[in-house]
Amino acid sequence: MNPWPFVAVAYAVMLGCTAVLAIVSYLAMKRAER
Amino acid sequence: MNVSLPNFHALANPARFLKIARPLTPVLFWTGVLLIAIGCWAGLTQTPPDYLQGETVRILYIHVPAAWLGMGGWSGIALSSIALLVWRHPLAAVAARAIALPGAVFAALCLVTGSIWGRPTWGTWWQWDGRLTSMLLLFFVYCAYMALARADADRGGDGRIPALFGLAGTVLLPVIRYSVIWWNTLHQGPSIGLTRSTIDGAILWPLPIMVAGFSFLFGAIVLMRMRGLLAVAKAEARMRRMARI
Repeated sequence: MNPWPFVAVAYAVMLGCTAVLAIVSYLAMKRAER
Repeated sequence: MNVSLPNFHALANPARFLKIARPLTPVLFWTGVLLIAIGCWAGLTQTPPDYLQGETVRILYIHVPAAWLGMGGWSGIALSSIALLVWRHPLAAVAARAIALPGAVFAALCLVTGSIWGRPTWGTWWQWDGRLTSMLLLFFVYCAYMALARADADRGGDGRIPALFGLAGTVLLPVIRYSVIWWNTLHQGPSIGLTRSTIDGAILWPLPIMVAGFSFLFGAIVLMRMRGLLAVAKAEARMRRMARI
């Protein structure tokens, strides 16, 4: 079994979800502080 | 009994807290991004494959920070709950609410990355193992806490009921920690301690970089959410004052 697709998907999920969380938190903060 | 923490109470004033949080947010954010970038580069290209797991061991560098922050987030909720119940710290309820969503996201990410790691390593996506099941329970407890905190805030509550729930949920933390010892099923035993590790240094060294990077980013996200919640509360208070005039 080729391990790289599993590694790539795990990193993509982790980094993608963290980025979305950071962007959503930033936009919510900016909207509230306006 | 007079229990006081002078430095802790210095942050009780939201204006003083914001004065510190505003410059601190980008510092934590960009430090976190930089450390994560270095950690990803090191973890994906600079470390050797494991003799048993091969290349899949690289999932370690994201799975462990997710587990650390999933559990660390609940520790933050528990500390905020104590601050609210004992010292009536005015920012404690805001801090706990701000921590809950990122904590839940990282608990979910721990489960997802663990599942992706489990398929090539164990041959299964999921097993009702002690560690996996207790982590899933923590995720559900996060969801329940968020619903309870939202309902309490909407009703104008003082945050004591979510705080009690936050303290009660702390029971899960030692269960998760020792689950691999109490129920020796599929998940490996403890391999990383504060002073020593059973993982070879050649593989382990990017892990602290990733843990620090995600922790800084988590701190920045919590500060952003606290600033957002405080701004909403301020706007609502202003509207209530205007409605009275």
